[in-house]
Amino acid sequence: MVKIEFILNGRPKVVDAAPDRRVVDLLRQDLGLTGVKEACGAGECGACTILLDGLPRLSCLLLAAQLQGRQVLTIEGLASAQGPHPVQAAFAQAGAVQCGFCTPGMVLSSVALLERQARPSRQEIRQALAGNLCRCTGYHKIVDAVALAAGPGEDQA
Amino acid sequence: MRPVHLPSSLAELWDLMAAHPGAALLAGGSDLLVRLRQGLGDPPALIGLERIVELGRVQAQEPGWLFLGAMATHSLLLEHPLVREHLPILRQALAVLGSPLIRNQGTLGGNLCTASPAGDTLAPLYALEAQVEVRSASASRRLGMGDFILGPGRTALKPGEVLYGVWVPQQPAWSIAHFEKVGRRQALAIAVVSLAALIARDESGLVTRARLAWGSVGPTVLRVPAAEEALLGRPLDDASLQAAAQLARQALSPIDDGRASAAYRRQVAGNLLLRLARRGS
Ligand SMILES: Cc1cc2nc3c(=O)[nH]c(=O)nc-3n(C[C@H](O)[C@H](O)[C@H](O)COP(=O)(O)OP(=O)(O)OC[C@H]3O[C@@H](n4cnc5c(N)ncnc54)[C@H](O)[C@@H]3O)c2cc1C
Ligand code: FES
Ligand code: FES
Repeated sequence: MVKIEFILNGRPKVVDAAPDRRVVDLLRQDLGLTGVKEACGAGECGACTILLDGLPRLSCLLLAAQLQGRQVLTIEGLASAQGPHPVQAAFAQAGAVQCGFCTPGMVLSSVALLERQARPSRQEIRQALAGNLCRCTGYHKIVDAVALAAGPGEDQA
Repeated sequence: MRPVHLPSSLAELWDLMAAHPGAALLAGGSDLLVRLRQGLGDPPALIGLERIVELGRVQAQEPGWLFLGAMATHSLLLEHPLVREHLPILRQALAVLGSPLIRNQGTLGGNLCTASPAGDTLAPLYALEAQVEVRSASASRRLGMGDFILGPGRTALKPGEVLYGVWVPQQPAWSIAHFEKVGRRQALAIAVVSLAALIARDESGLVTRARLAWGSVGPTVLRVPAAEEALLGRPLDDASLQAAAQLARQALSPIDDGRASAAYRRQVAGNLLLRLARRGS
């Protein structure tokens, strides 16, 4: 076991973990953050998406030791005292959630996209979410939600 | 439980590699961790390269060469101004490599060291006549792509060596830089066949240089000199491209696998060339 110090959802965290424990297991099983989902465990689906230093990353392909000194954001850390994050609110409003299994990953990838690019086109939204699979919605409402969160833009093509 | 070491300099890396023979090097983990989970391989330790800053550099430091560090992620390269300006063919390949999440994770060095004939950065780097730099505690050497990649999953790396980065020589003014991959579906698919083509033409439209590299149609990426020569001095029209395509189909040695048959791959490998007629006019 090794001691790993990192920032988790805005707060300093110290954990004792096997250095090669997958981050998805550390977060879900050891720390109870079950908003992080696992489906494929092999990089294909994006259900396990977290933001690592602000970048969407696959927690099924990351090891606990790699978190040392870094910032992790999971869906649990996204809302603030003021309420849900605008992207979360937009997902609810647009009806972009069905079973919800893909939603945490979708929302985190969308948050990272909007931080990089405030007014993405629908095509850019689709491309940015291409690694997050959804088996329920057919994606249209998810794209609607991200566009809604971005607000009215020049390019809604 | 396996120890995971994260050296922050090459000096630390060499010490760790000496102390842990048999340790596997971990770049983005998008190949390695998937394989370990499938039970393929059981290294006693992992040595992660992500904190060695100099391995992540992209720069034009040596005149006439662009350096792409082994740990540069696909996303970083895709957005890098030097890549955008000088290596459009590599960008085209990176844009269709996996998903945005895989591109945030995977690295150029990992793509090369995996040495899959379907590795998307390979065909462009063969066409660009890139070299790789391999380093060990005591030495550095540079190899051409064909000397580095020896077969599916096999490279020229010896124990104690790491891939340091890729050197891309300054390019002639190409009139066409074209990468295309055909997969089982439109997006997020491993290549069944890919083609990287760099073509230069004179004012009258006749081909003065051609470099053609195919992926997924042999044990490694293949250039086909006969097909390249068949284009020289000719316009890029149906006749010249059909002739080159036929020569390519003869030279390539695809296999049957779960993704496609050899005959299909051979046919499509040639057909991909015909697209250049549209790019060229
Ligand atoms: C869902 C999914 C989709 C994918 N889609 C594609 C695709 O479309 N196209 C494609 O080409 N690939 C694809 N891949 C494969 C993979 O993502 C890429 O090959 C990627 O570039 C590997 O890089 P990495 O940094 O993750 O390598 P790692 O997995 O970390 O390493 C791969 C191998 O290279 C060795 N290695 C890495 N860096 C070095 C170095 N500097 N020196 C010495 N050895 C080193 C490692 O020890 C290991 O053996 C996909 C993978 C997944 C999981
Ligand atoms: S669970 Fe990580 S990508 Fe599917
Ligand atoms: S809502 Fe069910 S997988 Fe997306």
